[in-house]
Amino acid sequence: MSDFFAMHGYAAYVWTAYGVFFVVLAADAVMPILRRRRALTQLRARLKREAARKTSAGNNATGSA
Amino acid sequence: MNPIILWFHKLGSPPYFYTFAGRWLPWLYAIALLSGAAGFYGGLVVAPADYQQGDSFRIMYVHVPCAWMGLFAYAFMAVNGFIGLVWRIKLSEILAMASAPVGAAFTFITLVTGSVWGKPTWGTWWTWDARLTSELVMLFLYFGVIGLYGAIEDTRQAARAASFLALIGVVNLPIIHYSVQWWNTLHQAQSVSLLAGSKIDARMLWPLLTLAFATHVYFFASVLARARAMLLELEGGKDWARALAREAA
Repeated sequence: MSDFFAMHGYAAYVWTAYGVFFVVLAADAVMPILRRRRALTQLRARLKREAARKTSAGNNATGSA
Repeated sequence: MNPIILWFHKLGSPPYFYTFAGRWLPWLYAIALLSGAAGFYGGLVVAPADYQQGDSFRIMYVHVPCAWMGLFAYAFMAVNGFIGLVWRIKLSEILAMASAPVGAAFTFITLVTGSVWGKPTWGTWWTWDARLTSELVMLFLYFGVIGLYGAIEDTRQAARAASFLALIGVVNLPIIHYSVQWWNTLHQAQSVSLLAGSKIDARMLWPLLTLAFATHVYFFASVLARARAMLLELEGGKDWARALAREAA
C-alpha cells in the first residue's frame, strides 16, 4: 500500500496532478449549484417586493376613498 | 412534423429544457463518478508502470482526457455560438456561454498537469513548445470569451459578441491538434488515435478511454447545471421561473 502511494519516487508529481484535477473539477461542480440557488433567492426577493408594492398600493386606494 | 425535430423544438423552450436537464443531471453526475472511479482504478492500480517513465506516466490519465475535453468544449462552444448567432436561439447562446468555464477548467488542468509531468520527464516546468503555447492560447481565448460575456450588460448582446470571439478562436483548434506534427519541438506526438489505431498496451489504454468517457459525461452535466442557473437569471420575469421560485420557497 505504501508502495502505491510512493509511486516509485514520483509521488509528489503524480499526486499533485491528481489533486489539481479533483480540486478544479470540484470547484467547477459547486459553482452552478450556488449560482442557481442565488438566482432563486433573488427571484423570490423580487416577487416579495412586487407583492408588497401591490398591497401598499391597494391600501392607499382604500385610504383615500 | 418528424418527432425528433419536434422534440428538438421543444427542447429549445427554456421551461422544458430546465425540467429536462434537471431530470438528467443526477444520472449524468452518477455515471461520470462511477466510470471515473473505474478509470482511476485502472490507471493507478491495474496499468503497469511505463518502462521508461516509471510511475510518472500515470499523470497521463488526468492530463490526456482533460486535453481532449478542452478541445471538445471549445468545439461545442463554437457550434452553439454559431447556431446562436445565425438563428438567434436563446438556448444555444446559453449553452455556448455555459461551456466556456468548463472548457477553461479542463484546459487549466491540462496545462498544470502537463507541467507537473514535464518537470521529472523533460527537466522543465515550461517551455515555449508549439503544443504548449497553442494550448495556452486556448486558455486565454476561454478567458476572453468569459470576460467579454461578463463585460456587456445586455446578456443576449454579450452572448453574441462572445460567440463571435469564440468563432474566431476556432482557427486555434487545428493548430493545437497538428502542432506535434507541424513543429518538431518538445511535446510528443499522439500515441492514441481513433483512425490510425493506438500504440499503447491494452492495460494502459482502457483506463484512458474510460476516463475520456467519464470526463465527457461530466462536461455535459456541468454545462446543463450552468445552463439551468443561467436560464433562471435570464428568465426571471417569465411565469415559469416565477412559479418555480414560489414553489421552492
